[in-house]
Amino acid sequence: MQNPTPRQHWMSILARAPRAQLCALYRPEPDTEFELIRAPETGLTQVRARSGGTGAQFNLGDMTLTRCVVRSPAGHLGYAFVAGRDRQQARLAAELDALLQESARQTQLLSDIIEPLARQQSAARSARDAEADSTKVDFFTLVRGED
Amino acid sequence: MYVAVKGGEKAIENAHQRLAERRRGDRAQPELSVVQIEQQMPFAVARVMTEGSICDPTLAALAIKQAGGDLVEAIFLLRAYRTTLSRFCSSLPLDTTAMQVNRRISAIYKDLPGGQRLGPTFDYSHRLLDFSLMAAADDSWAQGPAPVGADEARAEAADPETLSRVLQILEREDLIVTEQDDGAAPADITRDPPSFPCNRSARLQSLVRGDEGFLLALGYSTQRGYGRNHPFAGEIRVGEVEVLIAPEELGFAVSIGDIEVTECELVNGFTHGADEDARFTRGYGLTFGYAERKAMSMALVDRALQADDYDEERSSPAQQEEFVLAHCDNVEAAGFVSHLKLPHYVDFQSELELLRKLRTAGAPQEIPA
Repeated sequence: MQNPTPRQHWMSILARAPRAQLCALYRPEPDTEFELIRAPETGLTQVRARSGGTGAQFNLGDMTLTRCVVRSPAGHLGYAFVAGRDRQQARLAAELDALLQESARQTQLLSDIIEPLARQQSAARSARDAEADSTKVDFFTLVRGED
Repeated sequence: MYVAVKGGEKAIENAHQRLAERRRGDRAQPELSVVQIEQQMPFAVARVMTEGSICDPTLAALAIKQAGGDLVEAIFLLRAYRTTLSRFCSSLPLDTTAMQVNRRISAIYKDLPGGQRLGPTFDYSHRLLDFSLMAAADDSWAQGPAPVGADEARAEAADPETLSRVLQILEREDLIVTEQDDGAAPADITRDPPSFPCNRSARLQSLVRGDEGFLLALGYSTQRGYGRNHPFAGEIRVGEVEVLIAPEELGFAVSIGDIEVTECELVNGFTHGADEDARFTRGYGLTFGYAERKAMSMALVDRALQADDYDEERSSPAQQEEFVLAHCDNVEAAGFVSHLKLPHYVDFQSELELLRKLRTAGAPQEIPA
C-alpha cells in the first residue's frame, strides 16, 4: 500500500501479527469492557488479479479471511480484517484498532505494540530479500580472440 | 423399471475404516502432522490451493493429509469446503509488480534491471535420488554452511527495490500488444457457469482452477506444432504480494496480509492486423503458492485460446475454447469418470438383452447407434 494513513498502517501491521505475538504484547486492562458488535467470523474474499499483471481484472480464487468489530468503552469502533482463520487474532486486532483511535492512548500503544511488530515484520522481510539476493546471477563473459 | 436397492451399510462402514487404516499406514511409524505437510510439501500445497481455489496453506495441508496424498481428491475436499464459507468481499486487484520477489527469471534478456534471481528451484538439480534424505532425523541443514555470499547480500538488501516488469521493456518500444484494462467487472465462473465463447476473465479463472496435468499436456501440444504460438519465457516471478480489500463499512482500503503467488508472462509470436504494425503477443499465468509448471502451462494455453483475437485458424485442441475449458476442471472430470462405478445394473441388463436378441434373431446384426 502506498502512503498509508496511520490507521491503515497499524491495521496492516496487526493483520500480519500472529496471535502469539499479539498475546505477548497486548494485555487488556481488566476494566476495559469491549462490546462485541460483530463476533469474529471466518469467510472468504475473492482474490482479484489483472491479466498480464496490469490489464483487465480476473478472479484468481478465494482466500480465507476473518473479520471482527468491537466497540471500546470510549465508544470507538475497532475493525479487524485478517487473512486466515484465527478468530482470536481478529478479536485482539479489532480491540487494538479501537484503542489506537483514542488519542490519549495512541502514542503509548504505537510504541509498545505497533512499532515492535513493524520492526519484526520488516526484519523478516529483509531476511527474505537477502535470501533471494544470494541467488542473484552474476554473468561473466569469456573473452575470446586476440584483442 | 426402477428397483430400489438397499444394503451394504456395514460394508461401507468397514470400507471407511479400511481407508483410515490405509491412510495411517504402519502404526509403528509416527503420524504425519498437518503442519509438517504445510511446511515440507510446499509444492503439493500450492497445487491444492490453486486448483482447490482457496489460498490457505493449512487447509490445503489438511486436505492432503485427509486424502492420503491424492492431490485431486484433496482439491475436491477444498472445493467442497469452499462452499461452506460465505464470501465477504472481493479484493482489490493484486499488484504483482510490487511483489516481494523470491525468484525472478527472464529467458529473453540476460541483463535486466534487478537481475535474475534463481530462488529455490529444481532447475539446476541433478535428478538423482538423494539417499541422504532417507536418514532418520534429517537436521543437517541446521549445521550446514551458510550460502555463499549470503552475508554480503544481506548487507545490500537494506533497501529492496521494486523490480520492474520485463515485458514493459517491450511495451515502451511498442513492440508487444499491451494489456488493456477496460474497467469491466470480471466474470465469476463460480457464480455464473461460462457460456462459450467466453471472455478472457472467465477463461483465466477457469485455467487457474484447471488441472495442471491437462494444461501441461495442452501447452506441450502447442510447442509440438498443434497450434504453435512461438513462446518465450518473458518473465517468471515467485514471491509475496499484499492483499487489499476495501470494506464498505470502513470506506478505505485495508491490507489483510500477504500471499505467495507465481506469475508467468510469455512473449509469443508476433502478429499484425490489417493496418497495424507487427507486435509480439502474450500469454499470462498466475497461481497461488509456488507452482511454476502450472503457471507456464496456463500461460501457453491462455495464448492458444486468443486465436480469434489474431485471426488465427483454430485447428488444434489447445485452441478450442469449449474443449479446453469444459474439460480442464479435474473435480468435474473425476466426478463424471467416477460415476461409472455407480450401479448401472438395469442399464446394463437392457444392453445385454438387446445383444442377445440380435444374436438369436439371425437377422443382419445392425448395431444401434
